[in-house]
Amino acid sequence: MARTRHPLEAAIESIVRLSGWSAIVFVALISLFLLKEGLPAFGEVPLASLFGTRWYPIEGFYALGPLIWGSLVVTVGAALFAVPLGVGAAMFIAEVAPRWLREVLKPLVEILAGLPSVVLGFLGIVVLVPAIRETLGLATGLTALTGSLLLAGMALPTIVSVAEDALDAVPSAYKIGSLALGASRWQTLWRVTLPAARTGVLTAIMLGVGRAIGETMAVMMVTGNAPVVLFGPHALVSPVRTMTATVAAEMGEVARGSVHYHVLFTVGLVLFVISFVVNVLASIVLLKRRAAAGRMLS
Amino acid sequence: MVIAPGSASAPALEPKIEIENLRVCYGAEPPALDGITLTVPARQITVFFGPAGGGKSTLLRTINRLNDLVDGARTEGRVRLDGEDILGPEVDITRLRRRIGIVFALPVPLPMSIRRNLWYGLELAGERSRRVLDEAMEKALSAAALWDEVKDRLDEPAIALSGGQQQRLCLARVLALEPEVIMLDEPSSGLDPISTAKVEASLQELKQQYTVIIVPSSVQQASRLADWAGFFLQGELVEWASGRELFLAPKDRRTEDYLTGRFG
Amino acid sequence: MTAGERRLLIQRVAFSTLGLATALTVLPIILIVGVIAWKGMPALAPSFLFEAPRDGLRAGGIWPALVGTVYLTVGTGLIAVPVGLAAAIYLSEYARETFFTRAIRIAIINLAGIPSVVYGLFGLALFVLFLKLGTSIVAASLTLSIMTLPVIISTAEEALRAVPQSFRLVSQGMGGTKWQTIRRIVLPQALPGILTGVILGLERAAGETAPILFTGAALFLPQLPRSIFDETMALPYHLFVISTQVPGMPVKVQFGTALVLLVFVLSMNVLATFIRSYHRRRRQW
Ligand SMILES: Nc1ncnc2c1ncn2[C@@H]1O[C@H](COP(=O)(O)OP(=O)(O)OP(=O)(O)O)[C@@H](O)[C@H]1O
Ligand SMILES: [Mg+2]
Repeated sequence: MARTRHPLEAAIESIVRLSGWSAIVFVALISLFLLKEGLPAFGEVPLASLFGTRWYPIEGFYALGPLIWGSLVVTVGAALFAVPLGVGAAMFIAEVAPRWLREVLKPLVEILAGLPSVVLGFLGIVVLVPAIRETLGLATGLTALTGSLLLAGMALPTIVSVAEDALDAVPSAYKIGSLALGASRWQTLWRVTLPAARTGVLTAIMLGVGRAIGETMAVMMVTGNAPVVLFGPHALVSPVRTMTATVAAEMGEVARGSVHYHVLFTVGLVLFVISFVVNVLASIVLLKRRAAAGRMLS
Repeated sequence: MVIAPGSASAPALEPKIEIENLRVCYGAEPPALDGITLTVPARQITVFFGPAGGGKSTLLRTINRLNDLVDGARTEGRVRLDGEDILGPEVDITRLRRRIGIVFALPVPLPMSIRRNLWYGLELAGERSRRVLDEAMEKALSAAALWDEVKDRLDEPAIALSGGQQQRLCLARVLALEPEVIMLDEPSSGLDPISTAKVEASLQELKQQYTVIIVPSSVQQASRLADWAGFFLQGELVEWASGRELFLAPKDRRTEDYLTGRFG
Repeated sequence: MTAGERRLLIQRVAFSTLGLATALTVLPIILIVGVIAWKGMPALAPSFLFEAPRDGLRAGGIWPALVGTVYLTVGTGLIAVPVGLAAAIYLSEYARETFFTRAIRIAIINLAGIPSVVYGLFGLALFVLFLKLGTSIVAASLTLSIMTLPVIISTAEEALRAVPQSFRLVSQGMGGTKWQTIRRIVLPQALPGILTGVILGLERAAGETAPILFTGAALFLPQLPRSIFDETMALPYHLFVISTQVPGMPVKVQFGTALVLLVFVLSMNVLATFIRSYHRRRRQW
C-alpha cells in the first residue's frame, strides 16, 4: 500500500491555498502601493503645509486637516441619524416584528444595501438638496447635512443586519429565563437581550460608520466640496469637502507623479489606515464568535 | 501472534488486524486509548464494548484512519492489516478505507437518490460501468436485507427512507465496496427491535465473508453477536477473550461489575 | 394605574418607537425605488436603451454604458469567482485554525472595509500604471474583483460550512479523497449559497463608480469598446456624469438612466434572494 498523495489532490490543495493567501497578498499590495505613491508627498510638501488649514492645490496648499475634518463632520452627522435608527430597526426586526413582517423587512434592507451610491447621490441632488435649501433657508442645499443624510442611508443596512444577527444570536434560554421571571418582553429586550448582544451591536455600529467614512460618490455629489474648516453647529449646514470626495474629484485631473498626485495618495493612505483600524477591531469581535468546528459522528 | 491471551483452547484463527501498544490522544487530554494490544481474527464478529467515553469509537476511527481528520489527534503504536502497517505516512489511505468500511452510529444518507448512494463508493474508486454499479448495488442491498424494501424506489432521495432503512442503506453502501473488514459503531442505537434484528441477522450472514467489528448498543447485543470481545474502560482494554469466555466467565472484576450492571 | 398596566404602557411606547425607527429606515427605500421607477419609466423607449448618447449626452440613449457595465460585471466575475471560490474552499475545507488562517480572515474583513475610492487609487497605481494595462476594461475589472473578493469569499465559505460535516466524513470514510468529497458532495450542496454570494458581490461591483473612475471608465465613447484594453462607458459613472457635469441635462434622461441602473442591480438582488429561498426549501438536510 504505497502512494499517499494523489498528484491531483496536491495540485488542488496548492491552488486553493494560494487563493486563500491572496487575501493577505492583496492587503499587502494595497498598502504597498499606497505607501509607494503616497509617502513621497511628505518629502515634496512642507510639513507646515500638510498640517496647515488650507487645501488649495493650485497654489500649493495641501492641508489634510480640512479634509479629515470634513469627513469627520459628515460621518458624525451620519452616525447621529443612522445609529439610533439602525439599532432601533434591528431590535424591532429581531425581537418585535412577527415572522411575516421580518420576511418583508429584511429583503427591503438588503435592497438599500444594494443601492449604488450614485443613485443615492443623484436623488440627493434632485430631491434632498432643494428640500434642505428651502426648509432651512440656506444659500445652498449642498451641505454636510445633506451628505450625512445620504451616508446614514449607506450605513443603515450594515448596522441593521449586523446588529440584527447579534441580537438573534443571543441564546433564547436567556430570553426565556427573563420572561419566566416575570419580565415583560420590552424589559427582556432592554435589560437582557441588548446587553448580551452589546459587542455585536457595537461592531455593527463600527462597521456601519466605517462604511460611511469611506463612502465616496454620494458624498461628493451633495456636499458642495468646499475645503473650509468651520467649527460649531453651522458646520453641518455649510458645504464641506471630505477625503474621499477630494480624491475622486481631483485624481482625474492631476498629472501622474506630480506633487498633487502624491498628496491624493496620502489622503488614500489616511483612509486606508482608518478603515484598517476600524476593521481589525471589528474583526477581533466577529472572529471570536465563530462556532467551533463540526463534531464527529460517534 | 496473540489472539486471545490466556485461552489455550482457541482454534487457529487467521489474524486480520493486529494492534500493538496503541495510544491515541486528543490535544492535551489524557489519552483516549492507551496500551491497547489485541488481534482481530478474520471472518469473525469482534465486539468492542464498555461504558461511554471508553475509546471504542476512537479505536474504530483509528483503524481506518478517519482520526486523521480530527485536529489534534495523535496516534502512537502499531496497527497492521494482513501484516502490513497502516498507520505510517506512506499508506494509501484511500485504498485502506475501501478495505475497511465503517458505518456510523447515526445513519447519514448522502443527499442523493438511493441508487447513487449505493454507487457512490464505487464511483469514487473509478467504476463507470452502469451494469457493474447496478449489480453491486443489488448485491449490497440484498446482503443488508434492504433490497425488497427499496427495489421499486431506487431513484427516490435516500433521505425519504425510515431510520432503520437508512441504517441498512449505510451498511449496504459500505458493502457495495466489497471491503475486507466492516466496522459498525453502535449501528442500532436509533433502531427499533425489528430493524435491529434485521441488521444483526445480516451481520451473521456477512461474517462468512467479511471480518466484522462492532461496537454494540447494549450488553445483550454484545453477547448475542460476539465471537470475540474486548471490554474497554476509560481508554484501557480491561479484558479481551472469546465471547463465550468473556460473557460467561469474565476474569476481571471490572468486567463482571459492568456485565452485572453494578456500574456503567 | 397598576404596576402591570404601567409596564404594558411602557412596552407599548417602546415598541412603537422601535417600529417608528424601522419605518424611517424602510420607507425611504420604498420611496427611492418608487420615485425612480415613476419618473424614469417615461424615458424607457427602445431607442433609449439601444442607442448611443448624442448632443453632449443630452439626447440619445445609454447603450454603450449599459454594455460597458455588463462587460465590467462579467470581467469582474471571471476573475473574482474562481479566486474567491478557491479561497473559500481553502478556508472551509483545508485550513486549520492557525495564526495564519486568522491573518487571512482579518485580511478578508479588511478588504471588505477598504473605501471604494481607495480601491480606485490602488487600481490606478498597480494595474493602470505599474503593470501598464492603461485605463482599460481589464484594469477596471481587476480593481473591481479585488473589491468583490471578500464578499464572495465570506458568503461562499459560509455556504460550504453549512454543509453537514457528516457528509464529508461518510464520503472520506468510503475512500473518497478530499477533493472527490468536495467536488461530489460539498460543492453541489453549497452551490445555491455560493451563487447567492457571487451575485451579491457582482451586484456591488456593477453599481460602483469610485473604483473605475481612474481605472477604465470613459466619459463618452461613440462606439463600443473593441478589446479588453479599451476604456469603456459604465452606467454608474454615466449617471454620475449626467447628474453633476452636464448643465441643462434633461431630468427625464437622468431618471431613465437611474432606473436602468437600479433595475440592473436590483434584479441581481432579487435573483439572489430567489435562489436562496428556493433551495432552502428543497435541500435534503
Ligand atoms: N473528536 C474528538 N476530539 C476530542 N476528543 C475526543 C474526540 N472524540 C472522542 N474524544 C474523547 O476521547 C475519549 C473517548 O471517546 P470515544 O468516542 O472514542 O468513546 P466511546 O467509547 O466511543 O464512547 P461512546 O460509547 O459514548 O460512543 C472521550 O474522552 C472523548 O471525549
Ligand atoms: Mg462511540
